[in-house]
Amino acid sequence: MVTFSVKDLNIWFGTTQALKDVSLDVRTHEILSVIGPSNSGKTTFLRTLNRLNALHLHLKMKGAVLFENKDIFKIDLELLRRKVGMVFALPLPLPLSIFDNVAFGIRMQGIKDKKRLAASVEEALKEAHIWSEVKDRLNESAFKLSGGQQQRLCIARTLAVKPEVILFDEPCSGLDPISTARVEETMVKIKQKYTIVLVTNNVKQAARVGDRTAFFLNGTLIELDSTHKIFTTPSDTRTNDYIVGKFG
Amino acid sequence: MRKIKEFIIEKMILLCGLAAIFFVGLIFLFLLKEGLAVFKMVGPFDFLFGKSWYPISEPPKLGILPLIMGSLLVTLGAAIISIPIGVGCAVYIAEIAPGKTKEILKAGIELLAAIPSVVLGFIGMVTLVPLVKNLFHLPTGLTALSGSIMLAFMAMPTIVSIAEDALYSIPRNYKEGAFALGATHWQTIWRVLLPAASSGILAAVMLGIGRVIGETMAVMMITGNAAVLPQSILVPIRTLTATVAAEMGEAVVGSEHYFALFAIGIVLFIISFIINVTADLFLHKKQ
Repeated sequence: MVTFSVKDLNIWFGTTQALKDVSLDVRTHEILSVIGPSNSGKTTFLRTLNRLNALHLHLKMKGAVLFENKDIFKIDLELLRRKVGMVFALPLPLPLSIFDNVAFGIRMQGIKDKKRLAASVEEALKEAHIWSEVKDRLNESAFKLSGGQQQRLCIARTLAVKPEVILFDEPCSGLDPISTARVEETMVKIKQKYTIVLVTNNVKQAARVGDRTAFFLNGTLIELDSTHKIFTTPSDTRTNDYIVGKFG
Repeated sequence: MRKIKEFIIEKMILLCGLAAIFFVGLIFLFLLKEGLAVFKMVGPFDFLFGKSWYPISEPPKLGILPLIMGSLLVTLGAAIISIPIGVGCAVYIAEIAPGKTKEILKAGIELLAAIPSVVLGFIGMVTLVPLVKNLFHLPTGLTALSGSIMLAFMAMPTIVSIAEDALYSIPRNYKEGAFALGATHWQTIWRVLLPAASSGILAAVMLGIGRVIGETMAVMMITGNAAVLPQSILVPIRTLTATVAAEMGEAVVGSEHYFALFAIGIVLFIISFIINVTADLFLHKKQ
Protein backbone atom coordinates (compact mmCIF):
# COMPACT_ATOMS: atom_id res chain seq x y z
CA MET A 1 0.00 0.00 0.00
CA VAL A 2 1.18 3.47 -0.85
CA THR A 3 0.19 6.44 1.30
CA PHE A 4 1.99 9.26 -0.47
CA SER A 5 3.01 9.20 -4.08
CA VAL A 6 5.27 12.06 -5.14
CA LYS A 7 5.95 12.58 -8.85
CA ASP A 8 8.49 14.98 -10.37
CA LEU A 9 8.19 17.46 -7.53
CA ASN A 10 9.95 20.78 -8.11
CA ILE A 11 9.81 23.65 -5.62
CA TRP A 12 11.20 27.14 -5.81
CA PHE A 13 11.38 29.78 -3.10
CA GLY A 14 11.66 32.94 -5.15
CA THR A 15 14.50 32.13 -7.54
CA THR A 16 16.25 29.41 -5.53
CA GLN A 17 15.19 25.89 -6.32
CA ALA A 18 14.73 23.83 -3.16
CA LEU A 19 13.62 20.54 -4.73
CA LYS A 20 14.51 19.12 -8.13
CA ASP A 21 12.48 16.35 -9.80
CA VAL A 22 11.83 14.37 -6.65
CA SER A 23 9.79 11.19 -7.16
CA LEU A 24 9.16 8.71 -4.40
CA ASP A 25 6.49 6.70 -2.64
CA VAL A 26 5.78 6.58 1.08
CA ARG A 27 4.44 3.15 1.98
CA THR A 28 1.68 2.62 4.51
CA HIS A 29 2.85 1.78 8.05
CA GLU A 30 6.52 2.27 7.39
CA ILE A 31 9.01 4.62 8.94
CA LEU A 32 10.67 6.43 6.08
CA SER A 33 13.78 8.29 7.24
CA VAL A 34 14.93 11.23 5.19
CA ILE A 35 18.56 12.20 5.68
CA GLY A 36 20.89 14.72 4.06
CA PRO A 37 22.97 17.78 4.93
CA SER A 38 21.28 21.10 5.71
CA ASN A 39 19.81 22.86 2.69
CA SER A 40 19.30 19.53 0.96
CA GLY A 41 15.55 20.14 0.74
CA LYS A 42 14.45 17.44 3.15
CA THR A 43 12.38 19.73 5.36
CA THR A 44 10.86 21.41 2.30
CA PHE A 45 9.89 17.97 1.07
CA LEU A 46 8.29 17.13 4.40
CA ARG A 47 6.36 20.37 4.62
CA THR A 48 4.97 19.82 1.15
CA LEU A 49 3.16 16.72 2.35
CA ASN A 50 0.82 18.66 4.68
CA ARG A 51 0.94 21.83 2.58
CA LEU A 52 2.60 23.85 5.31
CA ASN A 53 4.95 25.30 2.70
CA ALA A 54 2.03 27.30 1.41
CA LEU A 55 2.65 29.78 4.24
CA HIS A 56 5.61 31.05 2.24
CA LEU A 57 4.79 33.97 0.01
CA HIS A 58 7.07 33.28 -2.96
CA LEU A 59 6.57 29.57 -3.29
CA LYS A 60 6.29 27.99 -6.73
CA MET A 61 5.53 24.32 -7.15
CA LYS A 62 5.46 21.89 -10.05
CA GLY A 63 4.70 18.19 -10.06
CA ALA A 64 2.15 16.02 -8.32
CA VAL A 65 1.72 14.84 -4.75
CA LEU A 66 -0.96 12.20 -4.21
CA PHE A 67 -2.26 11.26 -0.78
CA GLU A 68 -4.17 7.97 -0.95
CA ASN A 69 -4.38 8.46 -4.70
CA LYS A 70 -5.86 11.94 -4.43
CA ASP A 71 -4.12 15.17 -5.37
CA ILE A 72 -3.34 16.92 -2.05
CA PHE A 73 -4.49 20.22 -3.54
CA LYS A 74 -7.93 18.76 -4.17
CA ILE A 75 -8.34 17.59 -0.56
CA ASP A 76 -9.85 20.00 1.96
CA LEU A 77 -6.83 21.69 3.58
CA GLU A 78 -7.91 21.22 7.20
CA LEU A 79 -8.86 17.58 6.54
CA LEU A 80 -5.47 16.90 4.96
CA ARG A 81 -3.69 18.41 7.94
CA ARG A 82 -5.77 16.36 10.36
CA LYS A 83 -4.89 13.17 8.52
CA VAL A 84 -1.26 14.16 8.10
CA GLY A 85 -0.01 15.32 11.50
CA MET A 86 3.31 16.98 12.12
CA VAL A 87 5.82 17.17 14.97
CA PHE A 88 8.29 20.05 14.76
CA ALA A 89 11.99 20.39 15.47
CA LEU A 90 11.53 22.58 18.51
CA PRO A 91 9.07 21.10 20.96
CA LEU A 92 6.78 24.09 21.03
CA PRO A 93 3.60 23.56 23.03
CA LEU A 94 0.87 26.14 22.63
CA PRO A 95 0.61 28.59 25.55
CA LEU A 96 -2.11 26.50 27.20
CA SER A 97 -2.35 23.83 29.89
CA ILE A 98 -1.15 20.27 29.25
CA PHE A 99 -4.72 19.09 28.84
CA ASP A 100 -5.73 21.92 26.54
CA ASN A 101 -2.68 21.37 24.36
CA VAL A 102 -3.70 17.81 23.64
CA ALA A 103 -7.39 18.68 23.38
CA PHE A 104 -6.70 21.57 20.98
CA GLY A 105 -6.96 19.64 17.73
CA ILE A 106 -10.04 17.69 18.83
CA ARG A 107 -11.77 20.87 19.91
CA MET A 108 -11.03 22.41 16.52
CA GLN A 109 -13.21 19.70 15.04
CA GLY A 110 -16.09 21.02 17.12
CA ILE A 111 -16.14 18.29 19.78
CA LYS A 112 -17.16 19.78 23.13
CA ASP A 113 -18.33 16.78 25.15
CA LYS A 114 -16.11 16.79 28.26
CA LYS A 115 -16.04 13.02 28.79
CA ARG A 116 -15.11 12.38 25.20
CA LEU A 117 -12.37 15.03 25.32
CA ALA A 118 -10.95 13.59 28.54
CA ALA A 119 -10.94 10.07 27.10
CA SER A 120 -9.22 11.14 23.88
CA VAL A 121 -6.63 13.18 25.76
CA GLU A 122 -5.82 10.26 28.07
CA GLU A 123 -5.56 7.86 25.15
CA ALA A 124 -3.23 10.16 23.22
CA LEU A 125 -1.00 10.80 26.24
CA LYS A 126 -0.77 7.07 26.89
CA GLU A 127 0.08 6.40 23.29
CA ALA A 128 2.87 8.98 23.42
CA HIS A 129 4.20 7.38 26.64
CA ILE A 130 3.91 10.46 28.76
CA TRP A 131 0.63 9.76 30.64
CA SER A 132 2.27 8.50 33.84
CA GLU A 133 4.44 11.61 34.03
CA VAL A 134 1.67 14.17 33.57
CA LYS A 135 -1.56 12.54 34.75
CA ASP A 136 -1.54 14.44 38.06
CA ARG A 137 -0.73 17.83 36.56
CA LEU A 138 -2.94 18.09 33.49
CA ASN A 139 -4.00 21.63 34.37
CA GLU A 140 -0.48 22.99 34.70
CA SER A 141 1.07 25.06 31.94
CA ALA A 142 2.74 22.92 29.29
CA PHE A 143 5.84 25.11 29.59
CA LYS A 144 6.59 23.57 32.98
CA LEU A 145 7.51 20.25 31.34
CA SER A 146 11.09 19.38 30.40
CA GLY A 147 12.18 19.56 26.75
CA GLY A 148 11.78 15.84 26.17
CA GLN A 149 8.39 15.80 27.86
CA GLN A 150 7.28 18.78 25.79
CA GLN A 151 8.23 16.96 22.61
CA ARG A 152 6.28 13.87 23.66
CA LEU A 153 3.39 16.18 24.55
CA CYS A 154 3.57 17.54 21.01
CA ILE A 155 3.45 13.97 19.73
CA ALA A 156 0.41 13.30 21.92
CA ARG A 157 -1.22 16.46 20.60
CA THR A 158 -0.71 15.19 17.07
CA LEU A 159 -1.93 11.67 17.90
CA ALA A 160 -5.10 13.03 19.52
CA VAL A 161 -6.40 14.15 16.14
CA LYS A 162 -6.16 10.53 14.96
CA PRO A 163 -3.99 11.11 11.92
CA GLU A 164 -2.96 8.42 9.45
CA VAL A 165 0.47 9.85 8.81
CA ILE A 166 2.86 11.64 11.15
CA LEU A 167 5.62 13.84 9.81
CA PHE A 168 8.57 14.30 12.15
CA ASP A 169 10.77 17.29 11.37
CA GLU A 170 14.06 16.66 13.18
CA PRO A 171 12.11 15.86 16.35
CA CYS A 172 15.16 15.27 18.53
CA SER A 173 17.49 18.04 17.39
CA GLY A 174 16.98 19.95 20.63
CA LEU A 175 16.90 17.00 23.02
CA ASP A 176 19.42 15.23 25.20
CA PRO A 177 20.29 11.55 24.47
CA ILE A 178 17.91 10.10 27.07
CA SER A 179 14.94 12.14 25.88
CA THR A 180 15.90 11.25 22.31
CA ALA A 181 15.79 7.55 23.18
CA ARG A 182 12.33 8.02 24.68
CA VAL A 183 11.03 9.77 21.59
CA GLU A 184 12.54 7.12 19.29
CA GLU A 185 10.97 4.39 21.40
CA THR A 186 7.63 6.12 21.03
CA MET A 187 8.07 6.34 17.26
CA VAL A 188 8.79 2.64 16.88
CA LYS A 189 5.83 1.73 19.08
CA ILE A 190 3.29 3.85 17.24
CA LYS A 191 4.48 2.59 13.87
CA GLN A 192 1.93 -0.22 13.78
CA LYS A 193 -0.88 2.29 13.60
CA TYR A 194 0.66 5.15 11.66
CA THR A 195 2.78 5.86 8.64
CA ILE A 196 5.81 7.90 9.66
CA VAL A 197 8.09 10.17 7.68
CA LEU A 198 11.10 11.19 9.74
CA VAL A 199 13.42 13.97 8.65
CA THR A 200 16.59 13.84 10.69
CA ASN A 201 20.08 15.32 10.82
CA ASN A 202 21.16 12.40 12.94
CA VAL A 203 22.29 9.62 10.61
CA LYS A 204 22.41 7.11 13.45
CA GLN A 205 18.80 7.88 14.29
CA ALA A 206 17.78 7.02 10.75
CA ALA A 207 19.65 3.74 11.06
CA ARG A 208 17.98 2.94 14.37
CA VAL A 209 14.34 3.59 13.56
CA GLY A 210 13.88 3.74 9.78
CA ASP A 211 12.49 0.90 7.66
CA ARG A 212 13.62 2.68 4.53
CA THR A 213 15.93 5.64 4.16
CA ALA A 214 16.04 8.37 1.55
CA PHE A 215 19.15 10.47 0.98
CA PHE A 216 18.70 14.03 -0.28
CA LEU A 217 21.49 16.27 -1.56
CA ASN A 218 21.05 19.80 -2.95
CA GLY A 219 17.35 19.29 -3.54
CA THR A 220 17.76 16.02 -5.39
CA LEU A 221 16.80 12.56 -4.17
CA ILE A 222 20.04 10.61 -4.56
CA GLU A 223 18.96 7.24 -3.30
CA LEU A 224 16.05 5.52 -1.59
CA ASP A 225 16.28 1.98 -0.32
CA SER A 226 15.85 -0.21 2.74
CA THR A 227 17.72 1.23 5.71
CA HIS A 228 19.87 -1.90 5.89
CA LYS A 229 20.95 -1.53 2.26
CA ILE A 230 21.64 2.21 2.53
CA PHE A 231 23.82 1.74 5.59
CA THR A 232 25.72 -1.31 4.36
CA THR A 233 25.96 -1.20 0.60
CA PRO A 234 24.68 2.11 -0.80
CA SER A 235 24.71 2.29 -4.58
CA ASP A 236 25.82 5.92 -4.75
CA THR A 237 29.25 6.93 -3.43
CA ARG A 238 27.86 10.28 -2.23
CA THR A 239 25.45 8.42 0.06
CA ASN A 240 28.33 6.45 1.48
CA ASP A 241 30.44 9.57 1.95
CA TYR A 242 27.63 11.29 3.86
CA ILE A 243 26.91 8.31 6.07
CA VAL A 244 30.51 7.76 7.10
CA GLY A 245 30.82 11.48 7.75
CA LYS A 246 33.10 12.64 4.95
CA PHE A 247 30.85 15.70 4.57
CA GLY A 248 27.86 16.98 6.44
CA MET B 1 43.05 63.05 31.13
CA ARG B 2 40.92 60.41 29.54
CA LYS B 3 39.72 59.33 32.96
CA ILE B 4 38.59 62.83 33.85
CA LYS B 5 36.69 63.05 30.57
CA GLU B 6 34.98 59.75 31.28
CA PHE B 7 34.13 60.94 34.78
CA ILE B 8 32.61 64.22 33.59
CA ILE B 9 30.54 62.56 30.86
CA GLU B 10 29.30 59.91 33.26
CA LYS B 11 28.20 62.50 35.79
CA MET B 12 26.49 64.59 33.13
CA ILE B 13 24.46 61.61 31.96
CA LEU B 14 23.59 60.88 35.57
CA LEU B 15 22.44 64.47 35.93
CA CYS B 16 20.17 64.16 32.87
CA GLY B 17 18.61 61.05 34.35
CA LEU B 18 18.09 62.64 37.73
CA ALA B 19 16.64 65.80 36.19
CA ALA B 20 13.66 63.89 34.81
CA ILE B 21 12.86 62.41 38.20
CA PHE B 22 13.50 65.74 39.91
CA PHE B 23 11.03 67.60 37.70
CA VAL B 24 8.35 64.97 38.07
CA GLY B 25 8.84 65.19 41.81
CA LEU B 26 8.59 68.99 41.75
CA ILE B 27 5.43 68.96 39.65
CA PHE B 28 3.84 66.44 41.94
CA LEU B 29 4.80 68.40 45.06
CA PHE B 30 3.47 71.64 43.59
CA LEU B 31 0.25 69.91 42.60
CA LEU B 32 -0.13 68.50 46.10
CA LYS B 33 0.64 71.80 47.81
CA GLU B 34 -1.87 73.77 45.76
CA GLY B 35 -4.45 71.04 45.48
CA LEU B 36 -4.61 69.82 49.06
CA ALA B 37 -5.41 73.36 50.21
CA VAL B 38 -8.96 72.92 48.94
CA PHE B 39 -9.63 70.31 51.62
CA LYS B 40 -9.44 73.02 54.28
CA MET B 41 -12.67 74.40 52.84
CA VAL B 42 -14.45 71.26 51.65
CA GLY B 43 -14.05 67.69 52.91
CA PRO B 44 -12.48 65.11 50.57
CA PHE B 45 -15.72 63.15 50.49
CA ASP B 46 -17.85 66.18 49.57
CA PHE B 47 -15.27 67.12 46.96
CA LEU B 48 -15.14 63.71 45.24
CA PHE B 49 -18.81 62.80 45.58
CA GLY B 50 -20.54 66.19 45.66
CA LYS B 51 -23.10 66.42 42.92
CA SER B 52 -22.87 70.13 42.09
CA TRP B 53 -20.04 72.06 40.57
CA TYR B 54 -20.80 75.79 40.95
CA PRO B 55 -17.35 77.19 41.62
CA ILE B 56 -18.25 80.88 41.43
CA SER B 57 -21.53 80.89 43.31
CA GLU B 58 -21.52 82.25 46.85
CA PRO B 59 -20.60 80.09 48.72
CA PRO B 60 -18.99 77.95 45.96
CA LYS B 61 -20.15 74.36 45.54
CA LEU B 62 -17.15 72.21 44.68
CA GLY B 63 -18.40 68.67 44.02
CA ILE B 64 -16.60 67.01 41.11
CA LEU B 65 -18.72 63.87 40.79
CA PRO B 66 -20.39 65.17 37.59
CA LEU B 67 -16.93 65.78 36.11
CA ILE B 68 -15.62 62.37 37.11
CA MET B 69 -18.73 60.72 35.69
CA GLY B 70 -18.36 62.80 32.53
CA SER B 71 -14.78 61.68 32.07
CA LEU B 72 -15.60 58.04 32.80
CA LEU B 73 -18.64 58.04 30.49
CA VAL B 74 -16.72 59.47 27.54
CA THR B 75 -13.81 57.12 28.20
CA LEU B 76 -16.04 54.08 28.49
CA GLY B 77 -17.82 54.98 25.26
CA ALA B 78 -14.52 55.53 23.48
CA ALA B 79 -13.21 52.21 24.81
CA ILE B 80 -16.29 50.31 23.63
CA ILE B 81 -15.86 51.76 20.15
CA SER B 82 -12.09 51.67 19.81
CA ILE B 83 -11.14 48.33 21.39
CA PRO B 84 -12.96 45.97 19.00
CA ILE B 85 -12.10 48.06 15.94
CA GLY B 86 -8.52 48.60 17.07
CA VAL B 87 -7.82 44.96 17.92
CA GLY B 88 -9.60 43.82 14.76
CA CYS B 89 -7.48 46.18 12.72
CA ALA B 90 -4.32 44.90 14.42
CA VAL B 91 -5.28 41.29 13.65
CA TYR B 92 -5.97 42.21 10.03
CA ILE B 93 -2.63 43.99 9.65
CA ALA B 94 -0.59 41.34 11.45
CA GLU B 95 -2.22 38.22 10.09
CA ILE B 96 -4.43 38.68 7.08
CA ALA B 97 -3.49 41.70 4.99
CA PRO B 98 -1.28 40.98 1.97
CA GLY B 99 2.06 42.84 1.77
CA LYS B 100 1.03 46.05 0.10
CA THR B 101 -2.30 46.58 1.91
CA LYS B 102 -0.40 46.08 5.14
CA GLU B 103 2.06 48.87 4.37
CA ILE B 104 -0.70 51.27 3.33
CA LEU B 105 -2.74 50.50 6.45
CA LYS B 106 0.21 50.95 8.76
CA ALA B 107 1.07 54.29 7.20
CA GLY B 108 -2.59 55.32 7.51
CA ILE B 109 -2.67 54.46 11.20
CA GLU B 110 0.49 56.45 11.82
CA LEU B 111 -1.02 59.39 9.98
CA LEU B 112 -4.10 59.17 12.18
CA ALA B 113 -1.86 59.40 15.23
CA ALA B 114 -0.24 62.52 13.80
CA ILE B 115 -3.45 64.56 13.51
CA PRO B 116 -3.45 67.26 16.24
CA SER B 117 -6.35 66.82 18.61
CA VAL B 118 -7.65 70.33 17.99
CA VAL B 119 -8.00 69.48 14.30
CA LEU B 120 -9.92 66.32 15.15
CA GLY B 121 -11.98 68.50 17.46
CA PHE B 122 -13.14 70.94 14.83
CA ILE B 123 -13.69 68.25 12.23
CA GLY B 124 -15.90 66.57 14.82
CA MET B 125 -17.65 69.86 15.47
CA VAL B 126 -18.71 70.46 11.89
CA THR B 127 -19.39 66.84 10.82
CA LEU B 128 -20.04 64.55 13.77
CA VAL B 129 -21.98 66.92 16.01
CA PRO B 130 -24.73 67.75 13.44
CA LEU B 131 -24.88 64.08 12.49
CA VAL B 132 -25.49 62.96 16.08
CA LYS B 133 -28.03 65.76 16.52
CA ASN B 134 -30.07 64.76 13.47
CA LEU B 135 -29.73 61.04 13.99
CA PHE B 136 -31.17 61.03 17.50
CA HIS B 137 -33.35 64.16 17.13
CA LEU B 138 -31.57 65.94 19.97
CA PRO B 139 -31.66 69.62 20.89
CA THR B 140 -27.86 69.62 20.58
CA GLY B 141 -25.26 67.27 19.09
CA LEU B 142 -22.64 68.32 21.64
CA THR B 143 -22.95 65.11 23.66
CA ALA B 144 -20.93 62.43 25.42
CA LEU B 145 -21.51 60.18 22.41
CA SER B 146 -19.86 62.65 20.01
CA GLY B 147 -16.93 62.91 22.40
CA SER B 148 -16.65 59.12 22.65
CA ILE B 149 -16.58 58.66 18.89
CA MET B 150 -13.98 61.37 18.42
CA LEU B 151 -11.80 60.05 21.22
CA ALA B 152 -12.07 56.53 19.82
CA PHE B 153 -10.24 57.87 16.77
CA MET B 154 -7.49 59.11 19.03
CA ALA B 155 -7.13 55.88 20.99
CA MET B 156 -7.14 53.71 17.87
CA PRO B 157 -3.59 54.37 16.60
CA THR B 158 -2.10 53.51 20.00
CA ILE B 159 -4.18 50.36 20.31
CA VAL B 160 -3.52 49.21 16.75
CA SER B 161 0.22 49.73 16.69
CA ILE B 162 0.96 48.20 20.10
CA ALA B 163 -1.47 45.28 19.63
CA GLU B 164 0.01 44.62 16.19
CA ASP B 165 3.51 44.52 17.69
CA ALA B 166 2.27 42.04 20.28
CA LEU B 167 0.74 39.80 17.61
CA TYR B 168 3.82 40.09 15.43
CA SER B 169 6.16 38.98 18.20
CA ILE B 170 4.38 35.66 18.76
CA PRO B 171 6.65 32.79 17.67
CA ARG B 172 5.83 31.59 14.17
CA ASN B 173 5.77 28.04 15.50
CA TYR B 174 2.50 28.64 17.36
CA LYS B 175 0.82 29.35 14.08
CA GLU B 176 2.41 26.41 12.31
CA GLY B 177 1.66 24.13 15.25
CA ALA B 178 -2.02 25.04 15.18
CA PHE B 179 -2.18 24.74 11.39
CA ALA B 180 -0.54 21.33 11.50
CA LEU B 181 -3.31 20.16 13.83
CA GLY B 182 -5.90 21.03 11.24
CA ALA B 183 -7.05 24.37 12.68
CA THR B 184 -8.41 26.92 10.23
CA HIS B 185 -6.88 30.37 9.98
CA TRP B 186 -9.65 31.91 12.09
CA GLN B 187 -9.45 29.17 14.74
CA THR B 188 -5.71 29.78 14.93
CA ILE B 189 -6.18 33.52 15.38
CA TRP B 190 -8.96 33.16 17.94
CA ARG B 191 -7.69 30.23 20.01
CA VAL B 192 -3.92 30.61 19.78
CA LEU B 193 -2.65 33.98 18.57
CA LEU B 194 -4.99 36.28 20.50
CA PRO B 195 -4.53 34.43 23.83
CA ALA B 196 -0.77 34.33 23.28
CA ALA B 197 -0.69 38.07 22.67
CA SER B 198 -3.24 38.88 25.36
CA SER B 199 -0.89 40.68 27.74
CA GLY B 200 0.42 42.91 24.95
CA ILE B 201 -3.09 43.59 23.71
CA LEU B 202 -4.28 44.50 27.22
CA ALA B 203 -1.35 46.87 27.57
CA ALA B 204 -2.29 48.42 24.22
CA VAL B 205 -5.85 48.92 25.42
CA MET B 206 -4.73 50.47 28.70
CA LEU B 207 -2.41 52.91 26.95
CA GLY B 208 -5.18 53.81 24.49
CA ILE B 209 -7.53 54.50 27.39
CA GLY B 210 -4.82 56.50 29.12
CA ARG B 211 -4.65 58.72 26.07
CA VAL B 212 -8.44 59.16 26.06
CA ILE B 213 -8.80 60.12 29.70
CA GLY B 214 -6.04 62.72 29.47
CA GLU B 215 -7.33 64.24 26.25
CA THR B 216 -8.58 67.82 26.64
CA MET B 217 -8.95 69.88 23.52
CA ALA B 218 -11.23 67.70 21.40
CA VAL B 219 -13.56 66.81 24.27
CA MET B 220 -13.84 70.43 25.31
CA MET B 221 -14.92 71.32 21.78
CA ILE B 222 -17.56 68.69 21.26
CA THR B 223 -19.02 67.44 24.53
CA GLY B 224 -21.03 70.52 25.42
CA ASN B 225 -19.34 71.24 28.77
CA ALA B 226 -22.37 70.95 31.03
CA ALA B 227 -21.28 70.00 34.53
CA VAL B 228 -24.34 67.92 35.36
CA LEU B 229 -24.52 64.29 36.36
CA PRO B 230 -25.11 62.55 33.00
CA GLN B 231 -28.30 60.47 32.75
CA SER B 232 -27.48 59.02 29.33
CA ILE B 233 -24.80 59.11 26.66
CA LEU B 234 -26.89 61.52 24.56
CA VAL B 235 -26.57 64.56 26.83
CA PRO B 236 -23.83 67.19 27.11
CA ILE B 237 -21.21 66.39 29.73
CA ARG B 238 -18.05 67.94 31.03
CA THR B 239 -14.80 66.12 31.74
CA LEU B 240 -12.16 66.70 34.40
CA THR B 241 -9.61 67.86 31.84
CA ALA B 242 -11.95 70.25 30.05
CA THR B 243 -12.89 71.84 33.39
CA VAL B 244 -9.30 72.63 34.27
CA ALA B 245 -8.53 73.93 30.79
CA ALA B 246 -11.63 76.10 30.58
CA GLU B 247 -11.64 77.57 34.07
CA MET B 248 -8.01 77.96 35.04
CA GLY B 249 -7.71 81.25 33.20
CA GLU B 250 -10.56 82.90 35.06
CA ALA B 251 -10.07 81.46 38.54
CA VAL B 252 -8.80 83.97 41.08
CA VAL B 253 -5.38 82.90 42.31
CA GLY B 254 -5.65 81.67 45.89
CA SER B 255 -9.42 81.24 45.77
CA GLU B 256 -11.25 78.02 46.59
CA HIS B 257 -11.98 77.61 42.89
CA TYR B 258 -8.26 77.85 42.09
CA PHE B 259 -7.32 75.20 44.64
CA ALA B 260 -10.15 72.96 43.51
CA LEU B 261 -8.81 72.97 39.95
CA PHE B 262 -5.43 71.83 41.26
CA ALA B 263 -7.16 69.09 43.22
CA ILE B 264 -8.79 67.97 39.96
CA GLY B 265 -5.23 67.80 38.62
CA ILE B 266 -4.33 65.41 41.46
CA VAL B 267 -7.34 63.22 40.68
CA LEU B 268 -6.33 63.07 37.00
CA PHE B 269 -2.73 62.36 37.95
CA ILE B 270 -3.82 59.43 40.10
CA ILE B 271 -6.11 58.01 37.39
CA SER B 272 -3.39 58.20 34.70
CA PHE B 273 -0.86 56.75 37.10
CA ILE B 274 -3.07 53.75 37.83
CA ILE B 275 -3.69 53.17 34.13
CA ASN B 276 -0.01 53.39 33.23
CA VAL B 277 1.04 51.08 36.04
CA THR B 278 -1.58 48.53 34.98
CA ALA B 279 -0.38 48.71 31.37
CA ASP B 280 3.20 48.28 32.56
CA LEU B 281 2.26 45.24 34.62
CA PHE B 282 0.66 43.62 31.58
CA LEU B 283 3.63 44.44 29.36
CA HIS B 284 6.13 43.01 31.80
CA LYS B 285 4.11 39.92 32.47
CA LYS B 286 4.82 39.01 28.87
CA GLN B 287 8.59 38.88 29.29
